[in-house]
Amino acid sequence: MTATAAEPLGPFATPEIPDATGHFGPYGGRYVPETLMHPLQELEAEYFRSQQDPGFQKELSYYLREFVGRPTPLYFAERLTRDLGGAKIYLKREDLLHTGAHKINNALGQALIAKRMGKTRVIAETGAGQHGVATATVAAMFGLKCVIYMGAVDCERQALNVYRMKMLGADVVPVHAGQKTLKEAVNEAMRDWVTHVRSTHYILGTAYGAHPYPLMVRNFHRVIGDEARAQIQEAEGRLPDLLLACVGGGSNAIGLFYPFLNDPSVRMCGVEAGGHGILPEQHAARFHGGSLGVLQGTRSYILQDPFGQIQLTHSVSAGLDYAAVGPEHAWLHDQKRVEYAYATDDAALEAFMRLARLEGIIPALESAHAVAECIQRAPKMPKESLIIVNLSGRGDKDVAQVAAKVGLQMPK
Amino acid sequence: MALATNGTGAAVSVPVNRIEERFADLRQRGRKGLVVYIGAGDPDLESTRRLALAFDRAGVDVLELGVPFSDPLADGLVNQLAAQRGLESGTTPPKVLETVKAIRTESAVPIVLYIYFNLLHRVGLEQFIRDCADAGVDGLLVLDLPPEESGNYESLMAAAGLCPIYLIAPTTPPERIAIIAPRARGFIYYVSREGVTGMQAKVSDTIGEMTARIRSHSALPIAVGFGISNADQAREVARHAEAIVVGSAIVNRIATLGRSPDLVPEVSAFVASLSQAIQS
Repeated sequence: MTATAAEPLGPFATPEIPDATGHFGPYGGRYVPETLMHPLQELEAEYFRSQQDPGFQKELSYYLREFVGRPTPLYFAERLTRDLGGAKIYLKREDLLHTGAHKINNALGQALIAKRMGKTRVIAETGAGQHGVATATVAAMFGLKCVIYMGAVDCERQALNVYRMKMLGADVVPVHAGQKTLKEAVNEAMRDWVTHVRSTHYILGTAYGAHPYPLMVRNFHRVIGDEARAQIQEAEGRLPDLLLACVGGGSNAIGLFYPFLNDPSVRMCGVEAGGHGILPEQHAARFHGGSLGVLQGTRSYILQDPFGQIQLTHSVSAGLDYAAVGPEHAWLHDQKRVEYAYATDDAALEAFMRLARLEGIIPALESAHAVAECIQRAPKMPKESLIIVNLSGRGDKDVAQVAAKVGLQMPK
Repeated sequence: MALATNGTGAAVSVPVNRIEERFADLRQRGRKGLVVYIGAGDPDLESTRRLALAFDRAGVDVLELGVPFSDPLADGLVNQLAAQRGLESGTTPPKVLETVKAIRTESAVPIVLYIYFNLLHRVGLEQFIRDCADAGVDGLLVLDLPPEESGNYESLMAAAGLCPIYLIAPTTPPERIAIIAPRARGFIYYVSREGVTGMQAKVSDTIGEMTARIRSHSALPIAVGFGISNADQAREVARHAEAIVVGSAIVNRIATLGRSPDLVPEVSAFVASLSQAIQS
């Protein structure tokens, strides 16, 4: 499966990837306890049925337009472009969606699937809280019971989103195991699902986990890239030169990248969380210190010790603070189709403030990692080149944390 | 019992295995089997060794040793905490295998490692399975490795003379039982409820129906587990199966006693009571 030539292989976006068993080359698959095997097969069957059903597509488009607020603008960031002095920078404004991040594209799609399957209860894990809020929102809208699992540390650093989920009628269960962040929330959600599998659909929030989740989540988010592709052609009359997106599990990145994968002129870079730097337990950059492993249903790059125990991670951003990366990203990495860089906490914080001051946009800390990479790359690119940065979410949830980090004081 | 089936369903000759020998012996004597689970290294590996030897004397037929993993997503709280204590006491897969070796100098109790796939995957299946066989392990129960992803796992296990133990759940439809049952060796583990490991007040009432369905696909003994917490439940479940599995109820007692000198006598007395209950 390795690319031997300098030229990338391709095409990368085809109906054969993943294959019928959910494998992206050596990655992906379905590594779950037996209790979940049949429910996953049922979910897969229902998902593929929904894709053939014009009624489903119509309903999805309706809610995406009328409730979620699609399409989002592709905004030319004029002052950031001038400040950096290189490539023209466009921002894909997923931060403007209802609930404040791209997560709702997938939460909505999966809620519609859950309804079709006759499920009355949905559960989800959440890191930064954006997927939890999105799930709680669609659950409220469709009248489904909703339980959200969230690491206790994340509940604290993203308190605003905990309140939002509760206001929306969801039960928020803080998870106290391990390092009390996203990975432990996924474990707890899977335990809930194993226990209540007949009544419950698990709305997994990223392009990760057992088949069909990586495929299904990617497809519910590809609307980001489909829109961006049409919008940049409308604005510039051509395709972009570079796409940038942050990568935790990798849902916003794969959503933006996927519709461009077969365009060889479009370079792409996923940006992982570099935390305090690439030292054990100080970061969440799986492509910079991770290795092949199996965690939470899929085979991918993970951060682990020599015995296969999952390592601790660190990131200022709860949504990127995760030990594994989606299997399609692992495959695209090995195929050399997508590059993966990382931004440290400090670089992300600086990018956060810079975008706020220059463009009047407060990004989510997750998205600020993509902006940080843009700050590195744009000045080195010719003025006529085009970058699209996926602004996957807005930073309201992060203001208290960032204010404390950068030392903002309340006026006396 | 020297015959088993390989992945293609063809009969092949394989080394006799302690699990298979034990179930053959139980059948001959008309007795039920007791499978007991504990977390390795909880509270430490020396206690694990002493518990194993005491369990052998108390009538345990198969010992399942849980290899502690950082992310045990199929386990309920009791076993999660045991895994955490195991990790805290410095338990690694190689150290678990050393403990099995130490047990083997004094006991022939069949031993199954209950394990998450990443721990095998990390060192490589071939190496891990060979190390297990060398240490005296008899079978592996890999929680998150369904037959669809098993690759060369079964052939490596067969070559090493180890039993791949597979789980069947209440959500497993007949067509999946037909896929899983022929791949299993030693025994089939029927998970008697939907959920993670742990104790429950009542045992499921669909056990008889499911074990009958499994029997239509396999002649292997069936062990039923997940949620059996006392002698009465053990007795009730044993009516439907060749063996019962008790885990959390024992792990819970280990958690309470910790490094107390009463640990081994008290826990093995409980195990002995289960062993008696299932024969009555």
